[in-house]
Amino acid sequence: MTTTTVPADRARTRAVPPAPRRPGLPGALRSELTKIGSVRFTYWTLLALVVASIGWAVLDCAGTVAHGAGPYFNAAQASLAGQVAIGDLIISVLGALVITSEYSTGMIRTSLAVMPRRGVLYAAKAMVFAAVTLTISLITSFTDLFVGQAILASKHLNTTLAQPGVLRAVLLSAAIVTVFGLFAYGTGALIRHTAGAITAMLGVILVLPLLAQTLPTSWYETIQRWLPTLVPWKRSTPGCAVIRG
Amino acid sequence: MIEAQGLTKRYADKLAVDDLSFTVRPGRVTGFLGPNGAGKSTTMRMILGLDRPTAGSVTVNGKPFAGLFSPMREVGALLDAKAVHGGRSAYRHLLCLAQSNGIPRKRVDEVIGIVGLEDVAGKRSKGFSLGMSQRLGMAAALLGDPDVLMFDEPVNGLDPEGIRWIRLLMRSLAAEGRTVFVSSHLMSEMEHTADHLIVIGRGRLIADCPMAEFIAGAGAEAAMVKTPDAQRLADVVSAAGGTLERDSGGELTVRGLPAERVADLALAHGIALHYLAPARVSLEEAFMELTADSIEYQAKTKG
Repeated sequence: MTTTTVPADRARTRAVPPAPRRPGLPGALRSELTKIGSVRFTYWTLLALVVASIGWAVLDCAGTVAHGAGPYFNAAQASLAGQVAIGDLIISVLGALVITSEYSTGMIRTSLAVMPRRGVLYAAKAMVFAAVTLTISLITSFTDLFVGQAILASKHLNTTLAQPGVLRAVLLSAAIVTVFGLFAYGTGALIRHTAGAITAMLGVILVLPLLAQTLPTSWYETIQRWLPTLVPWKRSTPGCAVIRG
Repeated sequence: MIEAQGLTKRYADKLAVDDLSFTVRPGRVTGFLGPNGAGKSTTMRMILGLDRPTAGSVTVNGKPFAGLFSPMREVGALLDAKAVHGGRSAYRHLLCLAQSNGIPRKRVDEVIGIVGLEDVAGKRSKGFSLGMSQRLGMAAALLGDPDVLMFDEPVNGLDPEGIRWIRLLMRSLAAEGRTVFVSSHLMSEMEHTADHLIVIGRGRLIADCPMAEFIAGAGAEAAMVKTPDAQRLADVVSAAGGTLERDSGGELTVRGLPAERVADLALAHGIALHYLAPARVSLEEAFMELTADSIEYQAKTKG
């Protein structure tokens, strides 16, 4: 152990009050909220989510009103399909970017120099991203339902939140987007490269479910329960309840 | 106070830092000199815990960096001015750093004032010149009002006015009793800034001494003279242990004796001197002499 000398500067007036406690999660959360709110791609991707999600609800429901309901028509599904199918692709981009942009810009070195506990930094980032995503996707999924059902109401095809399973479908279609986003965040944290992380996510979301179908049927039936997929409502597995109103 | 003991970093087959031990003390500017590729940045990254040493250890105020209570209040570092998210405004960049360590928002405005970025604080740093980025990096380093400051090549990309500003800032930070550790490969810059030098080459410690000692130790003292009686002066000087040299331009230089001694000798022997000036060995020369063997990427000139 070396001798610890008292720094010669104790007389210096401090420009910054001493830390009441060791910087940890609360500070990291505030920091990450500032970070996610101060770059444009956050706003662009969230705007894309809102437009795609609500846009699809309008398109799907207006199409049903114009052409009539098919045999498999499900009112809640018509409202929420866009959110689930397109929303998770869009949110995957944001989820990957919030972490990979730190690596691509070099910001991560600055971030780690002020918060050396990597776990705290990563956790705070994930929590802030999840909170922002869940908030926005809850707003869009409720809007999807109300807008979609308002359109369907003209042909009395609409359902309401009070119907069994509808509230659950609305909440879960927000949750599924958030979960996909977190999955992309994790991929980004591992790959540390924007294009690589997003490509990997597309592979998992789009290619893997198709590829799995080439497997022996009994394997596929086991595997598909656990695959992230865009069409949970078409399956006769527990996942089907996610969107079916 | 920064203390390195047996610090070693090996990348694959390359020894970047080789058994480096030194202490950087408060109250003075310590220059960290070495040719490009000598291991300066790697050493600084290890101090900040961004690289893990292969062997040895380094502490800041007696603790490894990751163990510091509030990192920004203890160490401010500018390692790479471009290590920022260019899409974020200067103000928001500083704010997110301050928030992570619980530093009040008003300090952000203060440091923006200190580095003179008020006019562009709201602009995205993507459009900043290297000089402006350096100032932003300095502001980030100063946010926590830390006792230890570390700058890696801070004058890179700065105009003469910016270089002067950084030099004065570093000196005033040291005068306040802080530890200031600044790396450079620009020896002339260090000459005006540092009180103490740590010189490395190929990852090894070459010198750790006060600036004056470094210069004195590298080349003996010398004096430029003009005299109508060069032959007698040469005799007198060599009797006193020095040498008188005449370069190709006919200029006379006394080596091995300080100018004062030359003046005294000339007076005592009645030799007229028309000109006498101390010839300081520049840090540049001293440095080149010391690191001649350790420059990794030396230009090979074909004779």
